[in-house]
Amino acid sequence: MRRVFLDLLIVFTISLISFSNTFGQSKNEVLIKNATVLTAARGTLENTDILIQNGKIARIGKNLSASSSAKIIDATGRFVAPGIIDAHSHAMMDAINEGTLAVTSMTRIRDVLNPGDISIYRALASGVTAANLLHGSANPIGGQNSTVKFKWGKPVEDFIVADAPSGIKFAMGENTKRSSFNPQGGQTPRYPRTRMGTLEVIRDAFNRARDYKQSWDDFKAKKTKIPPRTDIELQPLVEILEGKRLVHAHGYRSDEHLNLLKLADEFGFRIASLQHGLEAYKIAPEIAKRKTGVSIFADSWSYKLEAYDSIPYNAYILWKNGVNVSINSDSDERIRRLNLDAAKVMKYGGVPEEDALKMITLNPAMQLGIDKRTGSIEVGKDADLAIWTAHPFSVYSRVDMTLIEGDTYFDRSKETQMRADLQKERDALEKLEVNKAPGSGGTPPRIPAEKRLADRDEADRDGGNYK
Amino acid sequence: MSFRFKVQGSKFMRFGIYLCLSVFVCGHAVLAQSDGSQQNKTGRGGTFAITNIRIVTVSGATIENGTVIVQNGTITGVGTGTVAPKGAETIDGKGLSVYPGMIDAGTTLGLAEIAQGANATVDVAEVGTMNANAKAITGVNPHSSHVNVTRVNGVTTVFSAPTGGIIAGQGAVINLNGSTQEEMAVLSTAGLMINFPRISTFGGFGGGFGLRPTVDFNEAIKRRDTQIEELKKIFKSSENYVLAKETYAKDKSLPYTATDLKMDAMTPYIRGEKPIFFTAERERDIRSVVKFVVDMKIKGIIVGGQEAWKVADDLKKNNISVIYTNIYSLPVRDDDPYDFLFEGPAKLKSAGVKFAIGTGDGGGEVRDLPYHAGLAGAYGLAKDEALKAVTIYPAEILGVSDRLGSIEMGKMANLVVTDGDILEPRTSIKYMFINGRLIPLTSRHTELFDSFKDRR
Repeated sequence: MRRVFLDLLIVFTISLISFSNTFGQSKNEVLIKNATVLTAARGTLENTDILIQNGKIARIGKNLSASSSAKIIDATGRFVAPGIIDAHSHAMMDAINEGTLAVTSMTRIRDVLNPGDISIYRALASGVTAANLLHGSANPIGGQNSTVKFKWGKPVEDFIVADAPSGIKFAMGENTKRSSFNPQGGQTPRYPRTRMGTLEVIRDAFNRARDYKQSWDDFKAKKTKIPPRTDIELQPLVEILEGKRLVHAHGYRSDEHLNLLKLADEFGFRIASLQHGLEAYKIAPEIAKRKTGVSIFADSWSYKLEAYDSIPYNAYILWKNGVNVSINSDSDERIRRLNLDAAKVMKYGGVPEEDALKMITLNPAMQLGIDKRTGSIEVGKDADLAIWTAHPFSVYSRVDMTLIEGDTYFDRSKETQMRADLQKERDALEKLEVNKAPGSGGTPPRIPAEKRLADRDEADRDGGNYK
Repeated sequence: MSFRFKVQGSKFMRFGIYLCLSVFVCGHAVLAQSDGSQQNKTGRGGTFAITNIRIVTVSGATIENGTVIVQNGTITGVGTGTVAPKGAETIDGKGLSVYPGMIDAGTTLGLAEIAQGANATVDVAEVGTMNANAKAITGVNPHSSHVNVTRVNGVTTVFSAPTGGIIAGQGAVINLNGSTQEEMAVLSTAGLMINFPRISTFGGFGGGFGLRPTVDFNEAIKRRDTQIEELKKIFKSSENYVLAKETYAKDKSLPYTATDLKMDAMTPYIRGEKPIFFTAERERDIRSVVKFVVDMKIKGIIVGGQEAWKVADDLKKNNISVIYTNIYSLPVRDDDPYDFLFEGPAKLKSAGVKFAIGTGDGGGEVRDLPYHAGLAGAYGLAKDEALKAVTIYPAEILGVSDRLGSIEMGKMANLVVTDGDILEPRTSIKYMFINGRLIPLTSRHTELFDSFKDRR
C-alpha cells in the first residue's frame, strides 16, 4: 500500500515538474540577434534577428526588440538554419519489424517509442529536430509510422506531432522477399519470396480493403443491418483509399517502384513518398507526374545488390524533373551529418544551395504533411531551428544550439559544462563495490545488450529476429 | 618501382599520343575522356604543366600562382619560377588549387564489390585464424567499380587489407588506377593485419528480451590472455622456422625443414622489418597491443584507435602510430559525450601521437575520406592537420612518404586539382593525376547519370 502511495507521489511530482516546465518554457520569448539566416524558403538573410514568442517565429528582421524577460542569443558570425527533418529514421524504436506476416498494417510504431534513446540527443547535437519513425521493410505492407519532434527530456506524448497526418510503411525488394532470411529446417518460408508475390500481396490487401469499406458503406446506408466486424488490418488501408493516410514505400529498383505507383493509380490513391528510391532517377518523369516525393540517401551505394545502380546524381535528376526530394539517414549515425549529405547534392549535378537545404528541411516536412508548421524559417511557423558555427554545408561547421518550438534542447556550452559533473558521477559509481574493476575482485553486473542499430536498413533485413 | 609509367607500344600508338598532345597544345581544355570501357579507363601519361595554380604542398608552405610540372609519372617542378618544358600540355589552374592525392590507410577496397547479397564478389576474409600468406594484392579487383568512384573524389591511394581470423593477412598500398594489380601496387605487401585478441564478454547469440548472454568478466580476461599466448606461440614458431631454414641453408647435414607458406610470410614481420597493423579500440586493448609490440620487438601500428589518446604516452614512447577509423562511428557507451569520437584526432594531435584518419570502409564510401578529416576539423583539429591526416601522415605511417603524400620534386605525381578546399563536400574535382597519368573523371556513377539524365 505504502509502495503504491509512493509511486503515485512520484508520478504526481514528475507530472507537476513537466507541466510547469512546459508551461514556463513555452511562454518564453527568445530573440536571436544578428545571424545569417538560411530560411529554406526565402533565401539567405544577413545580419538578421529572429523573434520567437510562444514557440512560434513571431518576427524576422533587423534590429528587432523583445520584452525585458526575453532570452537573448547573440548569433553574430553564426548561421541559423531550420531544424533538420529526417524522413526515414528508426531512432527511439525498441522494435523495428513485425516480420511474421506479409501485412502488418495493424502495428504501430507509436507503441514502441523510447524517449530515453541517446540517439535523440546525438541527433539534436547535429541540428535535427524532427523525424519520420518508420516500421522496417520486412513486409509488403508494414506498420504505422510516427512523426515526432526530438523533445529530449520530455515524456513520449510530447514527441508526437499531434497534427501530423497518419502514415504507413510499404516495402518491396530484397528485404520484403526475405532474401537474407533463410528458413531453418522445418520452417516454412513466409510468402512472398519474389517481387511478383510482393506486388500481389499488396493488390490482394487493397481488394480486401475495398470490400471491407463497401461493407461499412452498405451498413451506413442501411443496406445491411448487422455492422461489419472492425478489422484493424484493413482499417488503415481504407484510410489510404480515402486519402487520409500517407504511404511511405521502401524500395530500390525502379521497376518495382513503378509497379507500385501503377497499382496505386489503379486503386485511386497517391504514394506520398518512395523511401530509398536509389534508382528513382531512372523513372523521374513517371514519379513527377504522380506528385510522389522521394526520400533518398545522398550517395550510399553498393552495400547490397539492389543498391548497385544508386548514383549521387539521383537527387539532381529528380529535382530537375520537379520531384520533391528529401535526404534521409535511416541510421542513428548518419542522422548526425545530414547537413553534409545535403551539401554533396550541390556538387553532383548542381542543385542550387537553397534547394539542397530544402532537401533536409522543407521537403521532408512536405512529404510528412507537417510543412505548415515546420521545415523553414518563416513567420508563424514553429521555432524549430539550429544555430551553427559556420554554414551548415561546411564540413567544419558544428551546432551550437538546437531549438524546438523556442525551447532549447541542445546547447553545446552547457553540454561541455555538464561533462565535468558527469565524469564525477561516473568516477563515484565506478568506486562502488558492485562496479569494482574485475582485476580487484569485482564483477560488474550484466549490462543490457545495446539497442539494435538501424543502419542503412540492415536492421530491416532479418525481421529484427537477431540479437 | 616497376609499376612506374612507361611508354610502351608501337610507333603508331605514340603517333596517337602526339596527336592528342597537339590538340591540347592548340588550346583545347582538357576534358574527361570518353574512351572505351569502364573497366580500363587508366588515363594517359605525358608531360603536363599545371599553371597559375594555388599549390597546397602539405609538406611546405602553400604557393599562390605557381606551376606544377608532371613528367613521366613524376613531379619534376613545383614553384612560382618554374618554366614548363617544351611540348608540355598546359592546364590553366586559374582559380583552382592542387593537392596531393588523398590516402585512405584503412580500407578493404577492391576486395568486395557487393558485401551483401553477392557473396561471389567478396574476398575480404579467409577461413581460419592464421593466414599471414593471404595477400590483398592478389585479391584486389583492378576493375572494381569502387576504384573509379573513389578516385574521382580525390582519393588516389588506399591501404587495402584483409580482415578475417586473428592473423588476417597482408595489406597492400595501391593506387586507384591500373589494368593489373601490379600496375596498381605502390607497396604489394605493406603490412600484416592482426585482429588483436580483446576482452570480450560475448557469450553467443540468443538470450532474448534485450539481454545478450555474456561470460564473466574475469573469464573474458582469461580468454583474451590465452589467445595472446597462442599468438605469441605463432610468432615463436615462426622465429624457430626461420632459424631452422637458415641453419639448414648453411649446413645441409641438418634435418630439412619443409616450406610452410604461412610461416614464411611472417618473416619480415617477426624481424620488425615491416609493420604489423593491430586492430584495437579500447584503452585496455590498446595497452595490451603496446605490451605485445614491446615484448616481441616488432613494428606496430594501431588501426581503429577509439581510445588511443588515453594511451598516448605509451604509444609515443614505443613509436606506435594510429590509423583512426572512427569519425563515422557512434560512441560505444550511451554516456560518452556525443562528440567523443569526433574529437579523437584532435586529442591524438595534442598528445603528440602520430596518426592518420581512415574511413575503415569496404569501398563504397571510401570517397567520403575528406569529410572524415573535415569533421575532425570541426571538433578541434586544425584544418591543416586535418588535411595532413589524409595525405602525408598516412603516407608516413604506410612507409611510402618518399613517394606520396605531398607535392614535392621527385615524388610520384598523384595530384588532385579542385575548385576549393578539398575537404569540403561542395568542392568539385576538376582534374586528377595518378602516377602522372591524367585520369578521366568518369565512373560507374557518371555513366549511369549520362544514361538517364535527359530521359523524358
